[in-house]
Amino acid sequence: MTAFKRLDKGGRIDRSKTIAFTYDGARLFGHGGDTLASALLANGKTLVGRSFKYHRPRGFLSAGIEEPNGLFTMGEGARQEPNIPGTMLPLAEGLSAKSQNAWPSPSFDLMAVNGLAGPLFGAGFYYKTFIGPFKKSWMFYEPFIRRAAGLGKASETLDTARHDAQYGFFDCVVVGAGPAGLAAALVAGRAGAKVLLAEQDSELGGSLLSESSATLERWRMDAVSELQSLANVTTLVRATAQGLYDGSQITIAEHKSNGMLFHVIRAKTIIIAAGATERPLVFANNDRPGIMLASAVKTYLNRFALVPKSRAVVATNNDSAYETAFGLAEAGVAVTVAELRPSPTGDMLAQAAALGIAIFPNTGIADTAGDKQLRQVKLAGRHSVTIDCDVLAVSGGWSPNVHLTSHCGIKAKYDAKIAAFVPGGFAESHFGAGACLGHFGLLAAVRDGESAALAALARRGFTKKPKPVELPSVREDRPYHIGTGPRLSDIAKPAKAFIDFQHDVTAKDIMIAHEEGFHSVEHMKRYTTLGMATDQGKTSNVNAIAIMADLRGIDAGTAGTTTFRPPYSPLTIGALAGRSVGKHFRPVRRSPLHDWHANNGATFIEAGLWLRAWYYAWAGSTPEDAYIKEMELVRKGVGLADVSTLGKIDVQGPDAAEFLNRVYVNGFAKLPVGKARYGVMLNDDGVVLDDGTTSRISDTQFYLTTTTAQAGEVMSWLEYLLQCHWPELKVHVASLTDEFGGMAVSGPKSREALQLALPGIDVSNEALPYMGVKDVPFGGTTLRLMRLSFSGELAYEVHCPANFAISLWEHILTAAEPLDIKPYGLEALASLRIEKGHVAGLELDHRNTLDDLGLGKMAAKEKPFIGKELRLREKYQAPERWSLMGLELLEPEKKLRGGSILFAASDEIKGHGRGYITSVTWSTELDKFIALGLYQGGLKHEGEEIIAAFPLKDEQVRLKLVSPHFIDRQGVRLHA
Amino acid sequence: MRLPCPHCGERDVSEFRYGGDATRVRPAHGTGDLKAWHDYTFTFENPKGPHTEYWQHVLGCRQWFKLSRNTATNEIAGVVE
Amino acid sequence: MAKRKAKGYSVFSLLRHALQPEKPWGAAWAKPEPRSSYDVIIIGGGGHGLATAYYLARNHGISNVAVLERGDLGSGNVGRNTTLIRSNYVIDGNTQFFEHSMKLWEGLSHELNYNCMVSHRGQIVLGVSPVQMDVFARRGNIMRLNGIDAELLDRGEVQKLLPYLDYSKEARFPIWGGIHQPRAGTVRHDAVAWGYARAASQLGVHVIENCEVTGMVMDDGKVTGVETSRGRILAGKVGIAVAGHSSHVAKMAGLKLPVESHILQAFVTEAVKPIVHHVVSWGAELFYLSQSDKGGLVFGGHIDGFNTYTQRGQLFKIRDVMECAVSLMPFMSRMRLLRHWGGIMDMTPDGAPFICRTPVRNLYLNGGWCYHGFKATPTSGFTFAHTIASDEEHELNRCYSLDRFEKGGELDDYGIGNWTYKQ
Repeated sequence: MTAFKRLDKGGRIDRSKTIAFTYDGARLFGHGGDTLASALLANGKTLVGRSFKYHRPRGFLSAGIEEPNGLFTMGEGARQEPNIPGTMLPLAEGLSAKSQNAWPSPSFDLMAVNGLAGPLFGAGFYYKTFIGPFKKSWMFYEPFIRRAAGLGKASETLDTARHDAQYGFFDCVVVGAGPAGLAAALVAGRAGAKVLLAEQDSELGGSLLSESSATLERWRMDAVSELQSLANVTTLVRATAQGLYDGSQITIAEHKSNGMLFHVIRAKTIIIAAGATERPLVFANNDRPGIMLASAVKTYLNRFALVPKSRAVVATNNDSAYETAFGLAEAGVAVTVAELRPSPTGDMLAQAAALGIAIFPNTGIADTAGDKQLRQVKLAGRHSVTIDCDVLAVSGGWSPNVHLTSHCGIKAKYDAKIAAFVPGGFAESHFGAGACLGHFGLLAAVRDGESAALAALARRGFTKKPKPVELPSVREDRPYHIGTGPRLSDIAKPAKAFIDFQHDVTAKDIMIAHEEGFHSVEHMKRYTTLGMATDQGKTSNVNAIAIMADLRGIDAGTAGTTTFRPPYSPLTIGALAGRSVGKHFRPVRRSPLHDWHANNGATFIEAGLWLRAWYYAWAGSTPEDAYIKEMELVRKGVGLADVSTLGKIDVQGPDAAEFLNRVYVNGFAKLPVGKARYGVMLNDDGVVLDDGTTSRISDTQFYLTTTTAQAGEVMSWLEYLLQCHWPELKVHVASLTDEFGGMAVSGPKSREALQLALPGIDVSNEALPYMGVKDVPFGGTTLRLMRLSFSGELAYEVHCPANFAISLWEHILTAAEPLDIKPYGLEALASLRIEKGHVAGLELDHRNTLDDLGLGKMAAKEKPFIGKELRLREKYQAPERWSLMGLELLEPEKKLRGGSILFAASDEIKGHGRGYITSVTWSTELDKFIALGLYQGGLKHEGEEIIAAFPLKDEQVRLKLVSPHFIDRQGVRLHA
Repeated sequence: MRLPCPHCGERDVSEFRYGGDATRVRPAHGTGDLKAWHDYTFTFENPKGPHTEYWQHVLGCRQWFKLSRNTATNEIAGVVE
Repeated sequence: MAKRKAKGYSVFSLLRHALQPEKPWGAAWAKPEPRSSYDVIIIGGGGHGLATAYYLARNHGISNVAVLERGDLGSGNVGRNTTLIRSNYVIDGNTQFFEHSMKLWEGLSHELNYNCMVSHRGQIVLGVSPVQMDVFARRGNIMRLNGIDAELLDRGEVQKLLPYLDYSKEARFPIWGGIHQPRAGTVRHDAVAWGYARAASQLGVHVIENCEVTGMVMDDGKVTGVETSRGRILAGKVGIAVAGHSSHVAKMAGLKLPVESHILQAFVTEAVKPIVHHVVSWGAELFYLSQSDKGGLVFGGHIDGFNTYTQRGQLFKIRDVMECAVSLMPFMSRMRLLRHWGGIMDMTPDGAPFICRTPVRNLYLNGGWCYHGFKATPTSGFTFAHTIASDEEHELNRCYSLDRFEKGGELDDYGIGNWTYKQ
């Protein structure tokens, strides 16, 4: 069955080009210039899908972006995309479309039985049932409900499309290339402004593309060719303005052949010429395939050369639909106009009469018939007749597209003259033009476009007056008259009078919402799900508001409208994400030694944004094997580790010492030049912010190091203090994290190793004692030698300019080869520090105080420091606080796990325990598993046997509480 | 949103780091008044309307500055000296 | 004590109604004119305020209560969140509170005779490093030790449950495993507001919409009522439950709060057939996603990061969240974003809320919910009602006092530190 036939001539289709495509497995043909929708109609596919809830047969309602019914799953496998409106898809060779929500096919759909239960499935149905019989009964029902929900099917495979983003700055962005947008772009372009004109259709022209007049087509082509000749004007097609954000940022999603190009535009001015959307009429069975918006019928006729087979009815409450009636009549279709208004006036009546069109005033539609396609229309009112027809063109008036202004937080306001909402205003530097203001009419649009552009130019300070736009020589606009919106009293069977076609929301549902007190537009929307489908209520919103307002006895303006949110139309998420996905999701930070690690058997691990050498192949093939060997290397010989990721900050100025003295809990004012000191800094609230070693390079210069994780935080914090609060301090800070590489030479043989590597530089205990620092010239650069130890062994850190790091590293490895020096990685580094009892990330978790970490003694008594006051708050000083302890495993056959919860031996194992394990390692020194953790009361309980519970694996182990410093408590090795 | 960095000019908000209510007066360093530190550290004006706040151009010149912005509309009045 | 339960909806009443369409259901909640005074006024007709009114009537026999809502009932955060419920909190105080809430969720549809579609589909939080897995282990162990369900999953187990994640070498942050709370899930958010409103209304509570509180009526340092857009209304006690706007309302009584108002954005795609069967959260960055019963994928990320009362978010954050979505779940690249919106969050320095008395007599505060207020709704109302009725904190909300920062009683569950704009 077919409603339309294709004309042999006319339209904008290219009959010389035949395009093959697949629809539900069948091979069909269309022409160049077709959309999927027009090609399907040309192939007699009037019924193209089933509705969401009741599985009613549906065909195309529109010819545009507002399409609620004609949605398809496109492509296969990695390119499969659900819910694509066929009206917006240019037909392309090999395109493959599948209908949705119907099984086995749209014309024979077994789920249509849902329709029989219609009265049950009204608004609010789900809230009233599936409650019992048991507490969690919903868990039984939900899978059935979920299976029935959803439209198309998403594919789990990887997306092979390539999406990208582009950033632009324009004097003027024009949204929409209809007559208003074209005029605006012409004027702004002629004035020399940098203009971007974005059009969602595949051609520029907007409503002009649906006209049959040669005059208008000439005007359109002149405008387009002039725009394309202007170097300062960029035009985009298949590019939808999707969102308008603070700071006049507008996003435009452009369809490219292999993906989307997402434009992020910072626009100095924006002209919104987004047009208007036609509303359907609300009557019983208004959803049959073959019932279409009047403007869509006109578009299919004039643009796609599709004409109803023999007879059409046009039903309208306003003047605009007459253009459709005239076009149909001129194409030889028998046309009847059901005119809802009691006594329409205007010159269209005479023109209709001349074309032999019957006009039935004060006549509405009572019902329609036709199983899978419209067959018959039953009129009611002054002319209660039944008419057989193929197509019913409906117009309930026009709704300006107020979305973009709504994105800016500007509420739409009701304009009773057009029975619709218009923008409530515009942000500074934004302007509107044409139908989106409620100015319906071709010439009005052109004039609007011109004046909006002039206003935008003035705002941008363009003084050159551009040549005015030539008006197309067509007759003056016909005034727009509209009757009332839909009223419930006019609707014979509200249960089958659809308002939101895609979500199957009927007039009856609005009635139910009203009865149950869901009066406000937001409640109505949420209770009935109106406007929440992929079309976001483009055709349904205003009709629903009119009915609800009617039920409440108020006007639609008082009822108000819901807020339109971005995006304007469903937007491919890949377009928003662009290239910053997968491997490129976040930047990878690499140490200056990265390439060496990569070429020498390192396995890497992510640490925040950093990729760090985790362990090396020389020590083993798994981290568990390797780190133990690497630890032994450091404890017995000498190892080399990359510590370049540490935050490194240069602090300079006459007040540098005073500054650090304020920031750190311990004193830095008297730190001698050539010495380093371990420091801890607190936040204002008295909680530990970070720790690290800071060296005094000169009277006025310090070299501050931070943990890897907090480097950025500490840098900003220091800048904040200096710039915002202590501007009187003469200090500058500069981050050297990326400028310097660092390596730790650790182990009893580390001094020997340095002596081999740096001959002529005195690294003896006298020349470079523990915590000693010196800058030494070497190989044409300067090295900073610091006798620091994270492992507890005799150890040094050598820092150098980043581009020198690899050669220095290789040099040390080569020079110290006789000592069997080897690299060691992050896992060993972290394990060595556990043995030594150094706190790190898991202990520095923003919850622990200085005392919790066993560092309370560091806090200076005399001098003030940040956090000094609030660290003394009651609960921070409570004796029952948890503090840092060492833990030894007493049951060697069992496993010790990080994240275990600690209990006293006599405790019941429940609740929050008395602490937890932060970090675990095998101790090569003690030959057992050890851990660091926090335990209530801390060292008071040293020597006690406690329990670590890991209920996630049903495990409990016995532990002994010991000092967190497992090795070399006297620091003999450090000072060796 | 775009913010006027006093050094670099107008830039995207994503280049900046927010620093909170700038009308709070930091107690003088070393003030032992617990209440003053508590109020400074933990309470905020948080008005619905004009707000003076700290921002840092963290992915730019790294300058901290005070900005006047309306929290009800995100309109920016400008940098506060 | 009132022991009546909400009633009226069942499969039988539905059938009866379908057969007798001329008999309307009647309003879900009554729309009375305000009285001149009430025993208790709750400012804010969102989830927390309505739940409080319900439990005041149901548990404490106080039904001379008005809930005053500035706009439409439920038009704030209860209708803007991503509908997740979970009880995976590690800090003593938080753990018990949120688990109590989970237990109330389990019986809520029955309790309210309203299908809130409480779906215990399970939440899986994905760990991206061994260190993070240890942090999750602690969380899971605490949950187990408090009678809460939790399972540790290794990478293979995650892959079986969530086959659509990126397990390839292309993944920037490899998945090491996850922690699964099977009882966590989703709830139909609007139904919570409507269900509580209906049940409270049946117990005699006045739910008054379009009634904006513009000031406090104070007498001798105590609150005795409120000024509203519909005139002065007196009250014995006044409770604030306007999270997002707590500072604004508390200021009417001269209180300055440890709160900044930040925007959190949320996102929904077009509806598709079931593909994601759990709530999935990511450890690489704050990101969480679930699929609604209607079929839309509902997801979100972190706050934009500066205080604002505009309910529209910044573009950079939107793109950030999309990058998370596609990087974790590559199939999301092809999905289409239908709508994004924002809600205003009361961000507190430690990420924990306030349910407490205030320094102003007869004034009570429920706020500071950061971005995790929805899951707390039932117990928030339950404990706030207790605090208002008996003028003392319930055991469950004792730690949520306004003065906890003076004492060092922070409840920083995520270990983020004292930064409202990071919590």
